[in-house]
Order: sequence, then structure tokens, then C-alpha cells
Amino acid sequence: MKKKILIVDDDMDYLFQMKMKVEQMGFETITAESQAEAEKIILEFKPDLCILDLMMESDDSGFVLSYKIKRRYPDVPIIIATAVTAETGMTFDIRAEESKRWINADLFLDKGIRNDQLHREIKKLLKL
Amino acid sequence: MATFKVLIIDDEQGIRDGTKRILQNFKVDYPFMDEQIDFQILEAGTGTEGIEIIDKDQPDILLLDNKLPDIQGVEVLEYVKSKHYDIVVVMITSYASLELAVKATRDGAFDFIPKPFTPQEIRASIENITKHIFLKRMTQTLNSTGKQIRFQFLSVLSHELKAPLNAIDGYLKMIRERQLGNSIESYDEMIDRSMERIKGMRTLILDLLDMTKIESGKPTQKLQAIDVRKIAQLSIDTIRPYAIQKDVDIYLNNREPLFMKADAGEIEIIFNNLISNAVKYNKTGGRVDIFIEKLPDLVRMTVSDTGIGLTEVDKNRIFDDFVRIKSQQTRNITGSGLGLSIVRKIVDMYHGSIDVQSMPEQGSTFTITLSNPD
Repeated sequence: MKKKILIVDDDMDYLFQMKMKVEQMGFETITAESQAEAEKIILEFKPDLCILDLMMESDDSGFVLSYKIKRRYPDVPIIIATAVTAETGMTFDIRAEESKRWINADLFLDKGIRNDQLHREIKKLLKL
Repeated sequence: MATFKVLIIDDEQGIRDGTKRILQNFKVDYPFMDEQIDFQILEAGTGTEGIEIIDKDQPDILLLDNKLPDIQGVEVLEYVKSKHYDIVVVMITSYASLELAVKATRDGAFDFIPKPFTPQEIRASIENITKHIFLKRMTQTLNSTGKQIRFQFLSVLSHELKAPLNAIDGYLKMIRERQLGNSIESYDEMIDRSMERIKGMRTLILDLLDMTKIESGKPTQKLQAIDVRKIAQLSIDTIRPYAIQKDVDIYLNNREPLFMKADAGEIEIIFNNLISNAVKYNKTGGRVDIFIEKLPDLVRMTVSDTGIGLTEVDKNRIFDDFVRIKSQQTRNITGSGLGLSIVRKIVDMYHGSIDVQSMPEQGSTFTITLSNPD
């Protein structure tokens, strides 16, 4: 059975492109354009993996959503895809103990990531 | 209550005790300061002892005798300078030669108090210095918060500029790789979306130019008697094609010219932003009403729409840089998120006010009042 990936991003073009990429890798997708929409989806649906944007309704929507998904489905891996790090010099390294405590994601990716890298990371997290 | 530390370095016990007595219950206030400032007195009898206290306690003000048993006062001054300490130094000296005065001033002494001094002289000098320090620190804080805001603005800006580029880049790659096959029609939507993102970027750049013009300040501002009604009409004409597309009617409810003293370009930016928002966030078949009123010393402009309205929370955010209200209803509307922040900045320049009344699903009314002294 195909693994199902939830993609959340408020940029409809990025969402569309990500959806296409992920489907080409052989996964099924379900998409949401906001934190609120994603929260509704996860009430009735358990994805196998999530790819979340960071800044949506608020600057930390991705973190909040990540927290809520993990609370409901602790075993679902979460990737936060962000353009923030490169631009602001802000770094969130989730390997750092301090970040781990409050950021509930498994991986941070830059939005400019290449397809093959993304594919590799998804497979790793899904243990494929 | 803030407390400044004053260190007095003098070998005469009497001078130290006297100064302490004079400053003990002394308080400085200043019209701009929220709080009074009082003083904590530290003392040293020799230069070396003084330097120790300087390193340890970092006083704000230093009262320094030049003639000390070990090293000279000016050497202490040199030390403070070499360490780049933020200390205001006052030289206390009985026989100040011109040479010493010149040297001390060159090394950053702020003031001279001749010995013997009266309590009044000390207090006057300390009061003066306290105000100087207060203003200097205030300026530093303002500068650093200003820089912070600038940095935030630039990082969000780079995000806003990069997002459309990434989207267009993504679509072009998909087209180049023929991901949907060889027929060009399959890519129509990607091409349309790319054009839409380019349009968004163009708006952002134009808004940024408006913003730079405003932020660069007054030099370009040309205040003259202008007909506000005419400018509103000009804005309506600019936005009309878009309004027709969206099936929104715009009404200007003034027939007579209405003059005020202002910069025509700035008033046009206000109307352009308010009217285009009123059309953008309207419903099909909706309407926009514009009223201009002249009151004593004021001009009031009102732009009302029958659009999607704002929630209480959104109302408080819309005047900030790069804020756009994201919802299902606004997902296809492009904008830079700068329009209303630009409007607010102009309104501030005219010492005016901006008010928004709104009901979700009913519409919004923006009221701008600008001062217009006769």
C-alpha cells in the first residue's frame, strides 16, 4: 500500500509543486493550505509522514502544528520545510538538545532542497 | 528610581566626605524621564584604588582629582579611555594649568570643577552630566531597536521576494522536464500561476518604492493646496478596470472640489491603497463608497466596502509590515502586505489618525483624519 504524506503550506504554488514531486516518488498525498485546515484533517486521518511549512497563519504555525500532530500520533515523522533559516540566519538545529525539547519535528529541510535529497530523507524517516 | 554610581577619587578625606554629603539625597529629574535618578557614592583615596573600583563597579560618573599620592588623575583618565569604558569624567582640581586642561579634555574629560567648590557647583555639574548620560543612553536604545526593526523588515522582505521566485522556478523546471507531457496546453495553469506570481512581485516592488519615498522623509514632500476630490477621482480611474473585472461599483460621494494643504503624491497613495483594498476584498456585485469631509483644521476621508470584513484580531494587525490576512476567501488575492502599513506611515506624517470599523461578511470602513491647519 502506498504511504500517505500530509503536506501543509500556505503558498499554493509551493504546495502544488511539492504534491507533484512527492506523488512522483510514489507516495499518496493529502494537502492543506493552513494550520487550521491541517488540524481538521488530522482529527480523522493519520498520515504516514508530514511535511509542514513553518510560517503560515503565524510565524510559528509549523511548530504548533508539529506539536499537535505528535501529541495525537507520536510515531508519525514530521519534516518542517522552511525558507526561514537561509534568509534570516536563524538556525533551528533539532539535534541540539535544547531545541528538541520544544520543537517536535524530526527533520528541518530548506525549501530549496533537491528532489533526490528529499526522496532520500523521506525514505529514511519512513524506514523504507 | 534609577541609580547612577558616582566614584570620587581624591586623597583628601574631607573632600570625599563633603561630596558624599552633597550628593546623598540629591535627585535629578527631567521632563522626558519617567523616573528620578539618584546617586550611589563610591570612593577611593588613590589612583590605583580608584582603577580597581572602576574595573569592578563600572561607575557612571567619575569625579577625579588630578593630584593623587600615587599616579596622576590624567593617568586614570587615560586608563578609562583605553578601556573604552562608558564613564563620564569630571576633573576636580585646585591648580588647573591650561596644559592639563587641554590634555584632560583631549582624553575625554567632560567637565572641570575648581577646588574649593560649593555644593551648588557639584550639584549643577552632576545634574548636567546625568541628563547627558540619560539622553546618550536613550539614543543608543533607539538606534539599536531601530536596527532591529530594520533587520526584521529585511528578512521578511527577502522571504517575500524569494517565495514567488521559488514558485516560478519550480514551474519552469517542471515545464522544462516536460513533466505533464509534450503538449503545451497541459502547462497553461503553471504558466498562469507564474504570471500571477510575477504580478505579485511587481506590486511588492511598487509598494516598496512608495515606502522608501516615505521613509526617506520630508525632502520630496511638496505641500501645496490640492483638490482631494480630484485625487480620489484619479485613484478611482486607476482602479476602475480591476473593479469592472470584479463587478464592484465605486461611488465618490462628493461633487465639489475640496482643498487641503498636502502632498498630492502621498494623498494618492492613501486613496490607491484604500480603494484597491476595498475592491480586492469585496464580493461580486459589491460596492465601494468614498466620502471626503472638511472639518475645522481637519480633513476626513472615508472608504467603505461591502466585502469580507475583518475579525477583531485581524483589525489590530493589518497596519503592520507584510501582514496579510490569510483565509479561504483571500487565497487567490495577491498583495504585498505593505499597503496599509504605508498608509499608516503617511497618516503619521500628517499627525493624523486612522480608524477601521468592520464586521466579518458585512464589510469594512476605513476612516482617515488628517490635520489641515488653516
